Amino acid sequence: MNQALNLFRPIRAIIEFLGGLTFLLLDTAVTIPGALLSKRGRRLGWQNLWSQMDRVGVKSVPIVALVLFCIGAILALQMAPILRDYGKIDSVADVISVAIFRELGPLVSAIVLTGFAGASIAAEMGTMVVSEEIEALEAHAINPIRFLVVPRVLATTIMMVCIAIIGDTAGIIGGLSVGQWFLGINHQQYVTHTFDILKLKDFVTGLVKAGVFGALISGQACYLGLSVTGGAQGVGSATTRTVVYTIVALITVDLIFTSAFYFLGL
Amino acid sequence: MPEAAIQVLDVVKKYGSRVVLDQIRLDVFKGETLVILGGSGSGKSTLLRLMIGNVKPDGGDIVSLGKSIARMNAPELAAYRKNIGVLFQSGALFNSMSVADNVALPLREHTDLPEETIDIMVKIKLELVGLREHAEKMPSELSGGMKKRAGLARAIALDPQILFYDEPSAGLDPVTSAEIDQLIIDLNQKLGVTSVVVTHEMDSAFRIAHRMVLLDRGKFIVSGTPDEMKNSQDALVRQFVYGLTEGPLTARRRGHEYVDDLLGGPG
Ligand SMILES: Nc1ncnc2c1ncn2[C@@H]1O[C@H](COP(=O)(O)OP(=O)(O)O)[C@@H](O)[C@H]1O
Ligand SMILES: [Mg+2]
Repeated sequence: MNQALNLFRPIRAIIEFLGGLTFLLLDTAVTIPGALLSKRGRRLGWQNLWSQMDRVGVKSVPIVALVLFCIGAILALQMAPILRDYGKIDSVADVISVAIFRELGPLVSAIVLTGFAGASIAAEMGTMVVSEEIEALEAHAINPIRFLVVPRVLATTIMMVCIAIIGDTAGIIGGLSVGQWFLGINHQQYVTHTFDILKLKDFVTGLVKAGVFGALISGQACYLGLSVTGGAQGVGSATTRTVVYTIVALITVDLIFTSAFYFLGL
Repeated sequence: MPEAAIQVLDVVKKYGSRVVLDQIRLDVFKGETLVILGGSGSGKSTLLRLMIGNVKPDGGDIVSLGKSIARMNAPELAAYRKNIGVLFQSGALFNSMSVADNVALPLREHTDLPEETIDIMVKIKLELVGLREHAEKMPSELSGGMKKRAGLARAIALDPQILFYDEPSAGLDPVTSAEIDQLIIDLNQKLGVTSVVVTHEMDSAFRIAHRMVLLDRGKFIVSGTPDEMKNSQDALVRQFVYGLTEGPLTARRRGHEYVDDLLGGPG
């Protein structure tokens, strides 16, 4: 009996968490039109969205580019001996482009963005709870979802897609550089191979995932930030939890999407 | 009998099984400054949150500006909140915005006024609280007293009928605290607003109050004018008002009630 209860508690906590997060994201989705299109919302809505896009995206671009450049280069070096044995060293470009566009570009960019945007959004929202700023918004009849969550979730989703494109490109350049300098694959050949193998659906499925990752990162960060209790210490633990939970959630959602694409033949 | 702006009707608030406010009944009259006194943890902030609609009561009701807060739907609550102003304990300025933008926010969100008009209104509000030269500063550049002034300017941005203050003098030196008190008195007189002030600082309370209410551990103890409070024969009131080291509040800590207090038992 006791053991059953002990097992039940974490399950209940997980269900509560997922329920709360889903509710927040739904609430955000229905609030978007009001936040950006209504007469009152327009006044600050676009400005808020713009400043969040700047804050979420711009700083993470160089890191994402660097990380994916390295991943592209690493993949090329790892793959080369096997492919050379088969006499298909040129196929390095094929393997890397599919791996990067469909999988690693969006996923690795999302993980970098979790560190950049997720952690900082959670800390910011948590601090606003502790300093009574959220209560002050409510007392001024300003909906915190509309004013704070919508611009952050939208900005992260949009920027996540943009950053994934930049990351994809950097990954290809990483593979191409190794190919050119170490594997003796001419860069024009490499580019031709890449464009031959890549289909629109590889590109699109990657970007769909990226968008979902973006909403997940910011949604979780806002949710955990807004649930902070217990002062500055609560802010610290919410920030840590955001990073850990988000990475787990990203991988889980990635698996779900990849299976769905597989079975749908995408 | 003066007209009531807020009627608190037998309000009960629980957190878990803990009763934080127990059958509180009081009126706030139009135009007066009512001070809610009580030790820390006595439920003052909770009562304030109930009156601004941030927390729902578990029993009883609050009728403010003629409407039951407990029964308001979201748009009604929003409309009510545009008629009140709140100064939070820490000032609660939005740290990412300048002082002027903080004060302008309610105007930008709730009116269709053009920016030029909003600019002028912000200047007027900041002048009222003596912060006009600091309009472009960020909250992090302000002292504790200035933060409260800025928070107050934001609270009066929409010309509210009722102003709520949570511990306006907490964390301020005596002179700054007296200045904020003067501001509370001025706003009450100049703008004719009804003020509800939560505090545990007696000097400040006696400076600003028309009437006072004493809470203790979530229970209503007495209400009265400052003079009535000073002349009260009730031991608990005397101890609180005069800050005595001997009395029911300190006896509680030594006696069995202390254990109840710690364990959240009866009380
Ligand atoms: N959100 C909450 N959850 C649980 N307990 C709370 C909450 N808010 C206040 N309390 C408890 O209610 C009691 C009264 O708190 P509060 O109204 O803040 O007192 P005061 O402002 O008089 O110091 C305290 O014991 C506090 O711990
Ligand atoms: Mg308090």
